[in-house]
Amino acid sequence: MDHPFDAVVVGAGGAGLWAALELAREGVNTAVLTKLYPTRSHTGTAQGGVCAALGNLEEDKPEWHMFDTVKGGDYLVDQDAAEVLANEAIETVIELEHMGLPFNRTADGKIDQRRFGGHTRNFGEAPVRRACFAADRTGHMILQTLYQQCIKHGVKFFDEYQVLDLLFEGGEPASGGRAAGVVAYRVADGQLHTFRGKAVLLATGGFGRMFRITSNAHSLTGDGVALCYRHGIPLQDMEFFQFHPTGIVGIGILLSEAARGEGGTLLNDKGERFMERYAPKLMELAPRDMVSRAMYQEIRAGRGIGGKDYLYLDVRHLGRKVIEEKLPDITDFARIYQGVEPLKEPVPVQPTAHYAMGGIPTNVESEVVWDEKKTVVPGLFAAGECACVSVHGANRLGTNSLVDLLVFGRRAGRQMARYAGTVERPRPMPDATEPVRARLAQIRLRESSGESVAAIRHELADVMMDNVGVYRDARLLAVAKAKVGELKDRYGRISIADCGDVFNTDLLEANELGYLLDLAEVTAASALARTESRGAHSREDYPERNDARWLKHTLAYKGPKGPILKYKPVSITRFEPKPRTY
Amino acid sequence: MNVDLRILRYDPESPSLTSAAKPAPAAGERAARAAESSGRPSAPPKPHWVTYQVEVDPMDRVLDLLIKVKAEQDGSLSFRRSCGHGICGSDAMLINNRNRLACRIRVDQLGKKISVAPLPGLPVVKDLVVEMSGFFGKYRSVKPYLINDQPEPERERLQSAGDRARYDDTTKCILCAACTTACPSFWARPEYVGPAAIVQAHRFIFDSRDEGAAERLEILADENGVWRCRTIFNCVDACPRGINITRAILEVSGAIVGRRG
Repeated sequence: MDHPFDAVVVGAGGAGLWAALELAREGVNTAVLTKLYPTRSHTGTAQGGVCAALGNLEEDKPEWHMFDTVKGGDYLVDQDAAEVLANEAIETVIELEHMGLPFNRTADGKIDQRRFGGHTRNFGEAPVRRACFAADRTGHMILQTLYQQCIKHGVKFFDEYQVLDLLFEGGEPASGGRAAGVVAYRVADGQLHTFRGKAVLLATGGFGRMFRITSNAHSLTGDGVALCYRHGIPLQDMEFFQFHPTGIVGIGILLSEAARGEGGTLLNDKGERFMERYAPKLMELAPRDMVSRAMYQEIRAGRGIGGKDYLYLDVRHLGRKVIEEKLPDITDFARIYQGVEPLKEPVPVQPTAHYAMGGIPTNVESEVVWDEKKTVVPGLFAAGECACVSVHGANRLGTNSLVDLLVFGRRAGRQMARYAGTVERPRPMPDATEPVRARLAQIRLRESSGESVAAIRHELADVMMDNVGVYRDARLLAVAKAKVGELKDRYGRISIADCGDVFNTDLLEANELGYLLDLAEVTAASALARTESRGAHSREDYPERNDARWLKHTLAYKGPKGPILKYKPVSITRFEPKPRTY
Repeated sequence: MNVDLRILRYDPESPSLTSAAKPAPAAGERAARAAESSGRPSAPPKPHWVTYQVEVDPMDRVLDLLIKVKAEQDGSLSFRRSCGHGICGSDAMLINNRNRLACRIRVDQLGKKISVAPLPGLPVVKDLVVEMSGFFGKYRSVKPYLINDQPEPERERLQSAGDRARYDDTTKCILCAACTTACPSFWARPEYVGPAAIVQAHRFIFDSRDEGAAERLEILADENGVWRCRTIFNCVDACPRGINITRAILEVSGAIVGRRG
């Protein structure tokens, strides 16, 4: 079935919903496609807050937010983008309040703000209250509020339609083609649909499911990112993947940085606040890459709890009132998933794979750019975690994921509306669904004795966790690269049990595993090539940052025998790279 | 430890549908296999219980068990899941005869015999997956968005901490449908707007920034609105977010009475 629209939004998390809202306000005929229901999107799990230099409790400036973002990203951040981020954070947060978001309030009725890792006053002097929050369910309230506004503005949703291919008119992106729409699979009945649009936004989120211990939803399989890669668009800075310090041991569910923002401490087996040795000024509120590395160092030195591979997060001294009013959800997580009572005992934690700094390269208008010269793919946009604009550089600061998806989701919607007014709608393509039909048929029709999807997924998650995690070296990465290659071979021989058309998650999970394998291959190859340590990419064989050689973005193109790596310069406008201490 | 996991399975395509409706030969092949084993080639598909033995850790959640069955025993088992920690609301189902999120209930809270069925009162699509469009339609019917036509100030609207606390409880709702599908009034009358939609209306009716209370109260004073609530409290038991739903419903009906008085 063919659906003619003017704009197509893929993904209904914060970035997709805000873009859809802008398009609806401009009267652009828009379809929003999501493989879930919009309120199930992963934006909803963000806990701690969204940073904006409102200065409601103490002096703050967007310049300071910009600086913290650049330094936090170990100077791989594009500074023009970081400036946009810090400036527009303020108006997007105010606009969310006007839309009805129930922020916590200060004594005088303004939006309340708390401290967060790496966010400081006066260029690194001390922590600042910058994170605007709604208890510890800020992401839930952002997702709900944006969905509410989309309903109010009559946005057209296609729930449980999973996008399986991108359409281009006039050739692939690298030969000058423009975006023309998408092919989607209706989960309820397995039918294929084409959605034509002048402007297409990818807002499909991250791909943390390539790791064993992750805070990411089961649905985070990098769909939009992998589809771009398969269509010849390079992936940027994929070696930078953030490990959040405080995941629940063994299962990776996140305990928000807000716990440390409110004064929670990290302790080793001896009861020491070990962050004193690694970041004397910011302590537990140092950026996440540094805290995760410090935890690994403690564990290696035998100071994990009971000599094991985890440490303690202690919030007992905050008292019942602060814990119940400001940290209710994460307290509940500790109780349910760990059987620990945070009011009475410290909570065991270990780093968990959390956020992809890399992704689909974009400019500050959220347009996808496909080469080293930042040539725009006409009509193709990306925003949120799937995109790399790049405001996070080598390491994202806490809350900046929400700021990113709000600021660049909004920009995407506005730019899409402008663009849609200047071009004709793409013509119907008679064979548009054929490649998808063939891909699914290959999975579906194979003998039932083939390779197991679950087994390949587990082996992938293990090797990525153990070899492409917090600490890396050439040997570990080479092993990972070879292993992913072997898994890709085996993936070519998978078979599944469910051959039906109705809600066939067996088929969809098999297809998603193909995306994770592609993205894991790019991640390992990009990490192996980058012979320095910067932000979340920490090479034990190259422990120093090397600006002379590596102050540049990786671009990984799909080649016949694996990724082909090229590089492009970093935009440096205001802050020259300096050593990064806290 | 081992548990017996009973799952109410239902596949609308098996065994009566054949390859005639579908181009994929493997689907037809499977139908033929199923027909052979059941000996009744044209029997209409019906829900049926299937028991799986699963090796588990007592701290595992029911969602872990379902994933394990799908990975190791039968890939054709269908269920919704996403975040896996009680925030997205995808995996509400009937577990040991109570509506709960599969990712929030542990084996050690349930024992060695666990039964899982789809949410009651909604049409079943396949296995544990129910049709949700009616549920979301009711949600949309109560105007679940801030209504305020005053010009927006340059900065945030002010709201006291007390006014903010007034509607805090109902902001927690994740639209999982556990409450509505646990409600006997909903089972008896599927047109009833249901607890979840009333919770969402409450979140705005009691927000000091909102000016749409009159419109919403009128909708909820309808014959399929709040009066269908018989204060049975099933919704409160079912809510994975701990929202005091019955109280919210009573506050809304109180507001309707107050307006008329």
